[in-house]
Amino acid sequence: MSSVGHIEAPPKRVHMPRFGGAALSRGFVITYLSVLVLIPIAALAVRSTEDGWDGFWTAVSHPMAVDAIILTILASLAVVVINAVMGTLLAWVLVRDDFPGKGILNSLIDLPFALPTIVAGLVLMALYGETGVLGIEGISFTIAGVILALLFVTLPFVIRAVQPTLMELDLEMEEAAASLGARPFTIVRRIILPNLAPAILAGSALAFARAVGEFGAVALISGNIPGKTQVAALFIYSRIESGDMSGATAVSVVLLAISVSILFGFHMINRWSTRHGR
Amino acid sequence: MSIVVNSVTKRFGDFVALDNVNLEVRDGSLTALLGPSGSGKSTLLRVIAGLEQPDTGTVVMNGQDVTRVPVQDRGVGFCFQHYAAFKHMTVRDNVAFGLKIRKRPKAEIEKRVRELLELVHLEGFIDRYPGQLSGGQRQRMALARALAVEPKVLLLDEPFGALDAKVREELRAWLRRLHDEVHVTTIFVTHDQEEAMDVAEQIVVMNEGRIEQAGAPRELYEHPKTEFVMSFVGPVNRLGYEFVRPHDLEIGHVPKQGAIEAMIERIVHLGFEVRVELSPAEGDRLWAQLTRQQAEELELAENQIVYVRPARKKVFDENGPRTEELLPA
Repeated sequence: MSSVGHIEAPPKRVHMPRFGGAALSRGFVITYLSVLVLIPIAALAVRSTEDGWDGFWTAVSHPMAVDAIILTILASLAVVVINAVMGTLLAWVLVRDDFPGKGILNSLIDLPFALPTIVAGLVLMALYGETGVLGIEGISFTIAGVILALLFVTLPFVIRAVQPTLMELDLEMEEAAASLGARPFTIVRRIILPNLAPAILAGSALAFARAVGEFGAVALISGNIPGKTQVAALFIYSRIESGDMSGATAVSVVLLAISVSILFGFHMINRWSTRHGR
Repeated sequence: MSIVVNSVTKRFGDFVALDNVNLEVRDGSLTALLGPSGSGKSTLLRVIAGLEQPDTGTVVMNGQDVTRVPVQDRGVGFCFQHYAAFKHMTVRDNVAFGLKIRKRPKAEIEKRVRELLELVHLEGFIDRYPGQLSGGQRQRMALARALAVEPKVLLLDEPFGALDAKVREELRAWLRRLHDEVHVTTIFVTHDQEEAMDVAEQIVVMNEGRIEQAGAPRELYEHPKTEFVMSFVGPVNRLGYEFVRPHDLEIGHVPKQGAIEAMIERIVHLGFEVRVELSPAEGDRLWAQLTRQQAEELELAENQIVYVRPARKKVFDENGPRTEELLPA
């Protein structure tokens, strides 16, 4: 090194001060999220325990509340399972198949998003209600009706999550598997599904969160029968109408906790399954 | 296993990818399908593999017509340019894939996987995921995966195309050694004539869906049957109907019979080889390939006027391809 001693050492790298751009934008994001999401949620949590933990517990353990929460969770789980299967199939057809009208079908998928949910409820009533076009009995005012309404509004989630992943999926991977002797079913099971799993999970998580909180679409077709077809969101509304705010907020907090833990759970599964940075 | 392709034609819409192709590949040989992109070389490989169905014609392996046999049952190993690694599986599971499908006993699979990883020098990477490997390592893993099921034919589609020059050269040498060891009939696709000449025993030159010429590397280089083969296999200068290899261009300081006047535009020293770029009084630019010693003896310099003449040239005209050699003057 001595031979090059006459060369001046390069100037030390000047560090950009941490405040300024990065800190400012971070502060902005946190403030925005706080005002919009975190503070209202905190207020809800505070409100729910106004009558103390006993009051919270009494409100949550009320048989009608328990029924509503259980129905909501079970119906949402059923919807997620159906969505995971049908959504993946639909995405598959939309990506891999070619047929006339594919573009129209593809844009139709987003219709449940665009439609106000109460309109979705009306649509379902018009079709499946007792005086509806089809006049099928056993759907309106039943759990089947609840599930149908939830399926309607959660249709796009899995499809839209799986579609881009499927489009990017390396076709050569499937050909390589075939050249190694794998039949189509084996290719689906061992190659395609494992690669789609993170997307299916992500879509399912969103669908579940949406189903747990759905109000408008189920309001009409479920008939809102307490202890039978009343979902949690409708139960909360009925509590508010009868002036029981602490009962409403208590169940709301439970719904919130379920949604958060489900989203977190899916997030963890996703991180675990993509841990190899692929 | 010997492979015969009989008058195979394959269209994609209006595009004719393969136009009445006939090919024979000897058992245990190492063959290159060489051609520019769109020449049909990959399609031909995929037809042989069974990944593509020909519109007409047949593929015969060991005397058996396998045209309608699906890829799963053809006993071929296939490697892709972009590796087609199973990203969600470890190197072990990638290599074991074909064996698991064949329901071999676990202990046997593990033993075979370790043998193969040793063969491709990836012993230490058995528990890694493809995402943690370099391109060259991924391609070696893909080769081990293809070899695991003991294919009768190994088909490689631009296997080194996505790798950098140095790794490519290493893998070429390695593929040649591997072929010497396992002796499986191997066909690989490349657009790189140097790679084809370096690795293959037989080169099949393709252009616009047709086979231009098939033969040993030296034969193609010395006796090309068409202009296309002449210009695709090895570097070439074009003088009207005549083609001259850069090393067949003689440079002198005095005018001679059959020599043309040209100015030296640039001299490029590439170690042992010296490239002289020439601008003739008329006609297209030329370049000559000299050894360093030749260049030094001639005392060449840029902007110098010299006289060049083809010592040996190929002519492709209505009388068919022929070689014309000038006597040393």
